[in-house]
Amino acid sequence: MADTATNPVSLKRAGNFLARQGILVAFVIFMVGFALANDRFLDMDNVLGVIRSSTILGVMALGVTFVVISGNLDLSVGSMMSFATIVVLDLHDKIGPELAIPLMFVMTMSLGALIGFLVGYLKLNSLIVTLGMLSAIHGLTLTYSGGKNIDIADKEGTWFSILGQGSALGIPIPILIFLGLAALLSILLTKMPFGRKVYAVGGNGTAATFSGIRRARTVFCCYLISSFCVATAGLIQASRSMGSQNTVGQGMELEVLAAIILGGASLMGGSGTVFKTVIGVLILGFIQNGLLLIGLEFYVQYIVTWIIIILAVWLDIAAKRGRLWSPIA
Amino acid sequence: MENINLRKFLKRGAIWGFIVLELIFFTVAGHFLSLSEVSFLDPENMLLLLKQSAPIGIIALGMTIVMINGNIDLSVGATFALAGVVMLDSMSWAVFAGLGDWVIPVAWMIALATGAFLGLINGMIVWKTGVDAFIVTLGAMLGFRGLVFMFNGEQPTFHLNWTMVDIAESSFFGLELPAIVLLLCTLVLWLVMNRTVHGRNAYAVGDNREAAVNAGIKVGPHMVWNFVLIGFLAALSAVVFYSASGSVNPNDGMLYELWVITAVVLGGTKLTGGSGSIINTLGGVIAIQILRKGLGHIGADTETVNLVIGTILIAVLFLDRQLNRRGQEELKV
Repeated sequence: MADTATNPVSLKRAGNFLARQGILVAFVIFMVGFALANDRFLDMDNVLGVIRSSTILGVMALGVTFVVISGNLDLSVGSMMSFATIVVLDLHDKIGPELAIPLMFVMTMSLGALIGFLVGYLKLNSLIVTLGMLSAIHGLTLTYSGGKNIDIADKEGTWFSILGQGSALGIPIPILIFLGLAALLSILLTKMPFGRKVYAVGGNGTAATFSGIRRARTVFCCYLISSFCVATAGLIQASRSMGSQNTVGQGMELEVLAAIILGGASLMGGSGTVFKTVIGVLILGFIQNGLLLIGLEFYVQYIVTWIIIILAVWLDIAAKRGRLWSPIA
Repeated sequence: MENINLRKFLKRGAIWGFIVLELIFFTVAGHFLSLSEVSFLDPENMLLLLKQSAPIGIIALGMTIVMINGNIDLSVGATFALAGVVMLDSMSWAVFAGLGDWVIPVAWMIALATGAFLGLINGMIVWKTGVDAFIVTLGAMLGFRGLVFMFNGEQPTFHLNWTMVDIAESSFFGLELPAIVLLLCTLVLWLVMNRTVHGRNAYAVGDNREAAVNAGIKVGPHMVWNFVLIGFLAALSAVVFYSASGSVNPNDGMLYELWVITAVVLGGTKLTGGSGSIINTLGGVIAIQILRKGLGHIGADTETVNLVIGTILIAVLFLDRQLNRRGQEELKV
């Protein structure tokens, strides 16, 4: 008797756990599945390779996580990353890497500050502002470079390539940057007053304002963090390829959002963590790699990602509302 | 009273006023700066402009309705490419080998059905799962793109059929086919939005979904229909465009969704739903195309067009807020 009484409860608990940590469970299942299907999958080389190729997307996603938690969107990160890459490559040959890198950070972050001003202080709709900035920054990049590809002239005589291609202690440096930044931002988000403000502003903006949080300034800072991460991603990209087209980051804005959504953040704001975003990024990377390793064509990853994104979000909201199908009439 | 009417008029007609300003500017500037002898306002130039607006324009009309509903569709670019690939690929299927030139309408039908079906998938997911349309169509953007690559990998798909090219490039009363399709779609959708129950429901659902449910509107099926419509229109746009070009690159249509949304927002449709107008969307599409062509006409780098459009989009958003603010006294904190 006791068993039948507790069973539904424990089942429900299991269901809740699955819904809460569903993405983590799915990640583990995927990893186990791929590892069984192909013994090369869990090789250290392969694992590091996957993480390394995910770092650029990942670093950008870390920053956008802040923006999404604060209840806004950032569609401009793709073209902003192209901008950062082109600028740092161009300046490298003109003033040397030591000056080029900080100058590029200043330029990229002033774009972030502009977006933060428009969305935070002027309270304009973030989707349209960043859509406009996507186009405007792309134009800015093209004007800056004159539409030409930018290459570093002397590829051997500079230490610049270390950031994207070097490794320390056997781990590629881009991965160290990615993990270091993730740890730093995670502390900022969970252990600092600023992090709590971000959640408060995203969860309920009006309530946050009434409890004395400066909403505009918080949103402004989120965009600043986002542009900082984008500049870092651009730096890694530039250093890895040592030359670039103007459209290197094109379309990445939506991939970044896909990774964040996979991690379980709500686009309504107020939820999401840095850790979950990292998981989302890794899932995208490992799915892509795993499907290729078991011999499927590259386009299968897009279709699988499509299904996973919708399933992940669906199960999440189904658990919250307590029923599978939506109540829309 | 007069003041209110003036403001209303300013808001409704803003995009057309902007178009007139653009035309004046580029005509005058072109007079001094342009290398060509032809005036910017040359009728042939204007007709070409209308034709070039068609691919984005046809999709933007559908996006207007979806956005009036309070939804959004990010998968239109991928739908556009997939419909194009299906159309050109199907023309060489063995099943249709005996049809001769009759394969053309068959391929068109298949492409349009594909678009409508993709829209149906999106719509059903939005309805049945209750996941936000932004996320559903973001996923679909990736998924549909994967389906595009299924046909020919990263190779372009092409099929040249001169009869089809002739049809696609035919013109009536000086208007080329794409321009005619754009204008016809505008007319039909204007009628739908202003003269039918479906149109009225679209505004009602976007304005206040709860109230719409209480008023007995079947919100779910209503939204599904609109997604089918935008899928169909994205495919129609592909049919018009690829019948003339005869070649699809698997990356075609990328970022179309962003251009389309830009045009719709310039036309004054709100992202939050409940308001918007088909005619003004046409204005938004034309305004962007004039800007593109005009900057080329006066010899500015074509790169600057992105910069200008982005800036204008943000400026419009800002002005719109300033114009609207006085009516509804916000809670000042």
